[in-house]
Parts: sequence; C-alpha cells; structure tokens
Amino acid sequence: MQPTELIIQLQQRNENAFQRIYEMYAENTFGVIYNIIRDETLAEEILQDVFVKIWNNANSYSEKKGRFFTWILNIARNAAIDKTRSKSFKNSKQNQNADYFVDILEEKSSFSHKIDAIGIQKYIDILEPLCKKVIDLLFFKGYTQKEASEALKIPLGTIKTRNRICINKLRETLAV
Amino acid sequence: MEQYIASGILELYVYGALSEKENAEVYKMLQQYPEIEKEVEEIEKGLMQLSTAVSPYNPEALYNQVKDKLNLTNGDVKVIPIDKKRSNWLGYIGWAASIALLITIGAQFNTIQKLQKQVVDVETENMLLDGKINVAEEDLTKTKTLLNVIRSKDIIRIPLQAQKISPNSYASIYWDKNNQTTYIDVAGLPTPPPGKVYQVWSLKLNPLTPTSLGILDTFNENDIKVFALSNINESEAFGITLEPEGGSESPTLEQLYTLGMVTS
Repeated sequence: MQPTELIIQLQQRNENAFQRIYEMYAENTFGVIYNIIRDETLAEEILQDVFVKIWNNANSYSEKKGRFFTWILNIARNAAIDKTRSKSFKNSKQNQNADYFVDILEEKSSFSHKIDAIGIQKYIDILEPLCKKVIDLLFFKGYTQKEASEALKIPLGTIKTRNRICINKLRETLAV
Repeated sequence: MEQYIASGILELYVYGALSEKENAEVYKMLQQYPEIEKEVEEIEKGLMQLSTAVSPYNPEALYNQVKDKLNLTNGDVKVIPIDKKRSNWLGYIGWAASIALLITIGAQFNTIQKLQKQVVDVETENMLLDGKINVAEEDLTKTKTLLNVIRSKDIIRIPLQAQKISPNSYASIYWDKNNQTTYIDVAGLPTPPPGKVYQVWSLKLNPLTPTSLGILDTFNENDIKVFALSNINESEAFGITLEPEGGSESPTLEQLYTLGMVTS
C-alpha cells in the first residue's frame, strides 16, 4: 500500500511519520542492501545512510514519478552499488557478485514475522533457475531490461513477459 | 486492459526499470483504471515479502542511530550547556553570522534551481498539451463536416456488400446528387497491401459500363477512412476494386472487394 498520509507528513518533517515509515520499509530495504553487499555491518551502515537520505530528500519524492516503495528501492540499490565500487570494498570482498538472492533464502532458518515464511520457502523450491536470475537482476540489482538481456543472453523482447511469469508464481504461492 | 497487465510492464514499473516516458504512461493508466492500481499494489506486496525475506534480521534497533545522525529529538528538549567564560564573543558572533549568511545563500540558490527546473517542466508539458488540442480540434471539425453530410435529407446511402475475395469487407457510399459528390466510407476494408490501391467505380448496368471515380491513395493516412470524390454520372451501382498503384483504366473484376446497387 502507498502510505499517502504518512508521506505527506514526512514531507512536512513529522518525526513520527518518519519513524512509522522506517518501521514499514527498513526490513525489506535492509534485505535489498544486504543482497548486494553481503556484509551485515556494511549493510547496516548503508541502511542508516539510506534513511538519512529519505528524511533529507523527502520533498523530492512525488507520486508522479512512481511508487514510494520504488523510490526507496532506488535509493537503497544506488547506495549499495556505490559502496561496491569503492576501493576499500573491492579490496575486502572479491568474487561475490555471482550470488543470487536465492542462496540467502536457502541458508536461512527463520524468517521475519511480517511475511508468509512457508509461502516464501515453497516459492524458492519451485522457482526456475532463470526466474531466480531475472528477479535478482531486475528487482534486487536494478538492471535495465537491456542490461539483463545481455547478462542472461536472452532476447530483449522476452524479458518483460518472462519476468511477469516469475512474479506471478510468487503471487500465487503467497496468495497476494 | 488485460493485455496491458499481461505485458509485464507493471512489474517493471514497481522495479523502477522503465524509462521516464513509460513511467508517466503507467502513472496515467494507474489513475484511470482501479484494476491496474490493484495489480500494482499486489505486485508490490509480493516484492515487499520477497525482499523482507532476504533481510538478515529486522533492523528496528538501528532507528535510534538514524535519529542521532539526523539530530532528531522527537519532542525531547536538548540541554545546551551555558558557557560562562566570556572569551572572544565578538569573534564567535562574526563567524556565526558569516556561516548563517552562507547557509542562507546556499538555500536560496537551491530554491532558485528547483524553481527553474519546475518552470521548464511545466513549459514542456504545456507544449505537449497544445499539440494535442490542435490535433483534437482538427479531428472534431472533420467529424462535424461528415456528420452534416450524413444528416442531409438529399443524401442517398448505398451499402456495398462483401464479395468472394474478401468476405468480411464492407463499405458505404453517401451520394449527394445535388452537389455531385460521393462520400465513401471504407472503414470496413482491410489495409491495402504495399503497391496496391483501392479504386472506386460508378457503374451503369445495361450495358455494364464502369467509370472510375478515383483512387483512395491516402488510405493509410486518413484516420476516419471517409473519402469525398466528385461524381457527375447517373450511377446505377458502385464498386471498389484493388488495383496496382496509380489505378487502372478499367476495373480488375477478380479484385472486386465490395459492390452495391442504387435502389432509389
């Protein structure tokens, strides 16, 4: 849901609204950042920076530009990707970019109470390998259709529908 | 609508993977159609769960650090210690004033930039809208003219029926005898293949004598698919054939698409 009321209050610099938005979006944003960075301490730092940006730049958000969810997602992905380009990061982590989000889920034993954990596990079990990559690149890493088509060596014209099939399965298993 | 949803564009919208133009189009659709908005909400819910599942833990506790970074007090009054030493206060005030001035100038500059950008955005939007209005007005005038023709009491309408070569085709002729004009409505004809044009014929039946009224060489450009051709003949029937570009001397009867008799 688009929390329209809260967004307006946030833009009026209402701290309670900011806290509510943090409660709503911090966990999934942390997930997006962690999937790119694969380091809890670094991901925590970036998450804080992301929410500092959300507070400072709240007025630059407009519903016309897209979903609030998408706006935060963009800030998070950009901040995390920036970090991976920094020298210190490159020196400390090597060869981690081949990971897809699914391996995090496969290693996890407990899930947030906010989500349908059984549904998510079922989804991971039935998910085709190509879907795992498509969702990882387009959603989690913010690739364009063109970049994803090149990285996965599948025709540009099929990316959009392929991705829809993958997301439909997610929605079916979660019943949303 | 279903096709639009099935195209997968809404998923990319929530990902933020669309161009600015596509984004604006989706936003327009969202506002018009509740079922599209519902679809977007559901996609978002699914992605929310998926990305939450990837999170190592719930980072609730980090909120306090974010608050500290932003100096948010949330109602608490911060106690500012009063320094009793009277040291160089003039200097401090001077510095403070300069910093305050700098901040103000910076803020103004930012505001001006933002406003300038807004002006440009609004201007662009206006230009686009102007263009759209012009096109709409032109269309309206054309449509009104046609409506007047069809309503006129002196008009004879001749329906042209499908022929063997294209069983689903149809057309209508509106014949204004007083003004010696025929209006040909060919919305029911398929788009002619490249290198071919439709040609309209006036026919006398005994003996069968066709006279060309003209070719419809702007078929593709004419959106409403109604053409006006002058007709001085005492027509007894009308036919439309498909001919090579430029038209033919006499109709190619194997390529007769529609035909209709004048009854009154």
